[in-house]
Amino acid sequence: MSGAEFVPLSLPPILIGILAAIACALPGNFLVLRKQALIGDAISHVVLPGIVLAFLVTQALDAWSMLLGAGAAALFAVVMIDVIKRVSRIEVGAIMGVVFTTLFALGVLLLEQSSASSVHLDVEHALMGNLESLIWLEARGWASLLDPVALAGLPPELPRLALTLALIIVLLILFWRPLTLSTFDEGYAESLGLPVRAISLGLVMVAALAAVTAFDAVGSIIVIAMFICPAAAARLMTDRLRSQIWWSVGFATLSASLGYVLAGYGPLWIGLENSVSAAGMIAAVSGLILALTAVFGPKRRPATA
Amino acid sequence: MLRLHQNDQPLDPQSPLAIRGLSVSYGEKPALFSVDLTVAPRSMTAIIGPNGAGKSTLLKAALGVVPRLSGQVSIFGRALASERHRIAYVPQRASVDWDFPANVRDVVLMGLYGKIGLLRRIRRDDQAIAEDALARVGMQDFAHRQIGQLSGGQQQRVFLARSLAQNADLYLLDEPFAGVDAATEAAIISVLKKLKDEGKTVVAVHHDLSTVTAYFDHVAMINTRLIAEGPVAQAFTTAHLQEAYGGRLATAQIDRLREAGHY
Amino acid sequence: MGIMAFTLTYNVALVMFGAGVLGVAAGVTGTFMFLRKRALLSDAISHATLPGLCGGFMLMVALGGTGRALEGLLLGSAISAALGLLAVNFLKSRTRLSEDAAIGAVLSSFFGLGVVMLTLIQNMSAGRQAGLDQLLLGSTAAMLREDAEMIAIGAALVFMVGLVLHRAMTLTAFDENFARALGLNVPLIDAAAMALVLAVTVAGLKIVGLILIVALLIIPPVTARLWSNRAAYIWPIAGAIGGASGGASGLIGAGLSSLAPDLPTGAIIVLVAAGFFLISLLVAPARGVLASAMRHRKFQRRVHRRQGLLALAQGYRILEPYTRKLLQREGYVRADGVMTERGQSAATAAQRDEARLAYLRSKPDYAEFLSRHDGLSDLSRAFTRDELAHIDIRLEDAS
Repeated sequence: MSGAEFVPLSLPPILIGILAAIACALPGNFLVLRKQALIGDAISHVVLPGIVLAFLVTQALDAWSMLLGAGAAALFAVVMIDVIKRVSRIEVGAIMGVVFTTLFALGVLLLEQSSASSVHLDVEHALMGNLESLIWLEARGWASLLDPVALAGLPPELPRLALTLALIIVLLILFWRPLTLSTFDEGYAESLGLPVRAISLGLVMVAALAAVTAFDAVGSIIVIAMFICPAAAARLMTDRLRSQIWWSVGFATLSASLGYVLAGYGPLWIGLENSVSAAGMIAAVSGLILALTAVFGPKRRPATA
Repeated sequence: MLRLHQNDQPLDPQSPLAIRGLSVSYGEKPALFSVDLTVAPRSMTAIIGPNGAGKSTLLKAALGVVPRLSGQVSIFGRALASERHRIAYVPQRASVDWDFPANVRDVVLMGLYGKIGLLRRIRRDDQAIAEDALARVGMQDFAHRQIGQLSGGQQQRVFLARSLAQNADLYLLDEPFAGVDAATEAAIISVLKKLKDEGKTVVAVHHDLSTVTAYFDHVAMINTRLIAEGPVAQAFTTAHLQEAYGGRLATAQIDRLREAGHY
Repeated sequence: MGIMAFTLTYNVALVMFGAGVLGVAAGVTGTFMFLRKRALLSDAISHATLPGLCGGFMLMVALGGTGRALEGLLLGSAISAALGLLAVNFLKSRTRLSEDAAIGAVLSSFFGLGVVMLTLIQNMSAGRQAGLDQLLLGSTAAMLREDAEMIAIGAALVFMVGLVLHRAMTLTAFDENFARALGLNVPLIDAAAMALVLAVTVAGLKIVGLILIVALLIIPPVTARLWSNRAAYIWPIAGAIGGASGGASGLIGAGLSSLAPDLPTGAIIVLVAAGFFLISLLVAPARGVLASAMRHRKFQRRVHRRQGLLALAQGYRILEPYTRKLLQREGYVRADGVMTERGQSAATAAQRDEARLAYLRSKPDYAEFLSRHDGLSDLSRAFTRDELAHIDIRLEDAS
C-alpha cells in the first residue's frame, strides 16, 4: 500500500474515526462509572432530530447549526425526562426509553421529508455514517502533509473533530475534580457545595457535543458503542481513574483503526470486491475488545457481595 | 470453634425443617458453612446473629431461592419439591418495590398461587380467604389501598396476610419485626402465637435480642456457622452470645439483657 | 382510477390490520418487561437480532433459497438474540460492569456487526439487497397479504403465551424471592418474556423495523401505567394502546401517502403512540397532570375545611370568606355563622385528629408515617383499628 493511495484514501478516515472514538470515549468513562451508560444510548438517538431540524431550518449542512440543533435536542430530552419522571413517578429507564425513541422516530420522519429538498441527508448515512467517503483527493502522498495547498483540501470533518476533541480534553482537565468527586459520591459532593445537577447536565452536553461531531463519521447508532465499549473495557483493566481514561483512549484508537482497516481491506483479503461498513466494524471491534477484557482483564471481577 | 454436632445423623423426619451440612456462598465469599439445624415441630424458633451472618441466606437456601454449595434439606421428612405447598415464606420488605402497581388485596391473592395456578379464575371463595387473612392482621379496611401508600408496619402486615392465605404448616419469616411500630409488632406476634397454637411451626430471622425470650421458645445462632441451637433456656446463654457476636456485643449489653430478665 | 383507489384501500386495510395486531402484541409483551424493570433490555434484544437476521439470510441464499423465508430469519435472529442476552448476563454477573453498561455494549456492538453483515450482503448481491435494509426502519409500501397473516399468527401466539403467563409474570416482577419460594421457575418465565420480545421484533420487522420496535414495546405500557395503579389492568390497556397506535397510524399513513409517498410507517406508529402518551400524561386520572391539578384543588379545600372546623371547635369566628362559604356550602355552618349538628361532630372529629397528630409528632416511631401523611387526611383511614386504639390509649394516658 503506497503512500499515494493510503494518504488520500485511508489516512483521513482513519484519523477521523480515531478522533471521533476518543472524543466519545472520554465522556463515556464517566457515563459508565455513573451507571448512566444508557444516557449515551439516549443522546445518540436524540441528536438525530436535532440535526435534521437544524438542517431543515437552515437548508444547509452547516456544522454550527447542526451542533446547536443537537445540543438543543439533548437539553430538551434531559428536561423532558426529568419532568415526566416528576409528574408520573415512573421508573427512569422506561421514561428514557419513551423519550429517546419518540425523538428518534421524529428524526426519522423529518429525515424522509428532507429528501424532497435540494440538499438532503441520506437515511443510511444518518444511521451508519460515511467514514469511507471522507477522503482527501488533493493529497499525493505523505509529502502532502507538509503542503499547505493540499492541506486546504482536507475533509472539513477532520479539523472540526480535532477542535472538538481539544475542547473536550480542555473541559475534562478543567473540571476534573468536581467531575470525579460527584461521580464517586454525589451526596457528599453536594454537601460540599458542588453543583451536582449542573455537573451532570454538563456531562450530558459534552457527550452530545461528541455525538454530534462523531455523527458525520459513524452515524448515530454506532456512537453508542464508542461511548460505552472502550470505557467499559478500560474499567476492567484498572482500578485507577487516570489509568482508566488512558486505557479507554487506547482501546478507542485501536477500535477505530483496526475497525477501519478490517472494513476496508478485510473483504479484499477474502476475495470480495467491495468494503463493508466501517462504522459497523468499528463498533464490532470495540465489542470484541470488551469481550476480551471481560474474560482476561485483571480487574474484571465484580466486588464480592 | 466449629461445632460439628449431628453431622452424621440422618435428617429427622418429624422435623418441619431439618438441615444438615448446608454451605452457601456468593461468588467466592462464604455466607454459610456447614450449618445443621433441626426445627422442632409446633415451635417458634428465632434465628439470630450479627449483620451479614447469613441468616436470610439460611432461609433462602432452605427454600431453594439461592443455590447451595452442599448440604441437605428436608421438609417434614420429604424433599422440598413435594412439600412446597406446606411452606409460607415472608421475605424482607426491602426486597420489593412498593411502588409496584398493585393494591393490598392483589398482594394477598398472590399467596393463593399454589391453589389457583397460572390460569384459574379467582372465585368468591378465594376472595373470602384473602379477606379473612387481611382481617387476621387487622387490615380488612385496606383491601383496595395502593401498597405504596402504606406505612412500614402496614406493609409487613400485608406480607403476613399473604402468607396466611397460603394456609401453610411451616412459616419462614425474614426479619418480620424490623422497622415496624409497636402496635404492628404486637399484632404480628399475636398472629404468630396463634399459628403455633394451631399446631403450625414458625421460624423467624429476628433482629432484636431483647425480645427473644418473650417471643420464641427455640433459638438458632448463626455467624456463617451454627454457633448454637435449641430451646431458648439452653441455647440463649452469655457464652453463646459472645461467640455468635464475636465481641460485637459488649458485655454490658448482655448484662442488661440479663438484668431485664430476658434470660 | 377506480382500481387504483381499491388497491390503495386494500393496502391501507392490510397495514391497519397488521400494525394494529402487532401493536397489541407489542403492548402486552412490553408490559412484562416494564413491570420487571427491564424495559431497555428490549432495546438490546431487538438490536442484537441484526447479525442473526443477516446470517440467516446469507445461509438461506447459500443453500439456494430466496433468503426471505421467515423460518430462517426467525432462527437466525433467535440465535443472535440469545447470544446477546448471554453476553449481557455474563457482563452483568461475571464482571464489575453494571447492567446499563452491559446492555449498551451488547446493543451497539451486535448491531455494528449486523450492519457490517448488511453491507456485505449489499455488496454480494446487488439485486437481493432489496428488503433487508428496509427491515431497519420498516416500510409498508408493498405489504402483502402473507405478511399480514404472518404478523397475525405471531401476534396470536404472543397473546396466548401472555395469557398463560401473565399471572406468573406479575408475581415474579413484584417479588422474585417469593415467586421462587412458591416454586415458580423464574429463569424460565424471564426467558419466555424475552422470547416474546424476540417474536414481536421479528413480526414487526416489515412494518416498524428493527430500530423502532422497542418504542412500541415501551411506550404503551408506560402510557398504561398513567391510567391504572393495578398490574392486572395495565397489560390490557397497554395492548389496547399499542393496537390503537398501529391501527390509527395505518390510516394516517394512507391519508398522507398522496403528499409523501415514501412515508416511514415505523416512525408514524411510534409518533402516534407517543401522542397517546402525551395526552395520557395530561388527562389520565391515576397519574396525569390535570388529575394532579384537580387533586391539588381538592387539597386546598380540605385545608380550608380543616382550619374552619378547628376554629369553630375552639369557639372562634371564621374570618376568611372562602372558608366561610365552603363550610356553609357543605352544611357545617348556618348562614348566620352558627354551627350545625353536622358541623359540631365534624369539628369534634377534627380536634381529635389534631390531638392525635400532635401526639404522633412527639414520637420518633411515627416519623416515617408523618413524612408520608399530608397532615389533613382522616387518621382513621391511615391506621388500622388496633393501631388507632393503641394511639388513643396513649393519648388518654398523656392527658
